[in-house]
Amino acid sequence: MTQAADVVVRRQIVVQAPIDKAFTAFTERFGDFKPPEHNLLGVPIAETVFDPQVGGHITDRGTDGSECRWATVRAYEPPTRIVFSWDISPQWQIETDPDNTSEVEVLFIAETSQRTRVELEHRNLDRHGDGWQSVRDGIADDAGWTLYLDRYAALLTAGS
Amino acid sequence: MASLAERPRAVGELADELPISRPAVSQHLKVLKEAGLVTDRAAGTRRVYRLSPEGLGALRDQLETFWNRALDGYQDIAEQPTEERP
Repeated sequence: MTQAADVVVRRQIVVQAPIDKAFTAFTERFGDFKPPEHNLLGVPIAETVFDPQVGGHITDRGTDGSECRWATVRAYEPPTRIVFSWDISPQWQIETDPDNTSEVEVLFIAETSQRTRVELEHRNLDRHGDGWQSVRDGIADDAGWTLYLDRYAALLTAGS
Repeated sequence: MASLAERPRAVGELADELPISRPAVSQHLKVLKEAGLVTDRAAGTRRVYRLSPEGLGALRDQLETFWNRALDGYQDIAEQPTEERP
């Protein structure tokens, strides 16, 4: 759990709700609190579905029927713990190589029968493409920085 | 540009691989450097360019914003009175 500060994001929040309700709200209503501008589909999201089992996905469904599975559940332990991979690259594209994904762990801790502390850790951010560090030789991954730079270069070309 | 993702390279190396002239490569690198996407260092008479690890900081900032907003919304939902009670 000890990682350099720049590869992990930690947040916690206390909610006035019993632990069971806090857990259920997180999994069943994820789509209701996910910031709407983070949408990888080209159309508005009709619903976001959290499939509550290991190996299940968090899936955005667009109003036109398109789907985007952007997370994979790695641990599902109601009502105390969830872990899912973050299958979204830094360029907000789907990352298909699990080795290049970060992961999110959410812990639910009952402070009282009516109050729950939720601790969220988004870690291993450096796994999003070895190109970040560009120190390993011989890696030519089309999905990471390469794509980013290609798109960036295209932008420059279009703008010049 | 993309070949920098493989390893740090000097301007000449990049120009050899790419279908553009060395001055054009330099011009692109200058733009990328100003955008914070690459850094350079002197190595003898050459300048070696590499992708900037600062990009990781930008990702982190994005995700911090994402989770701050998500957890605020989550708190509102988790604290809503239960709609249906048996």
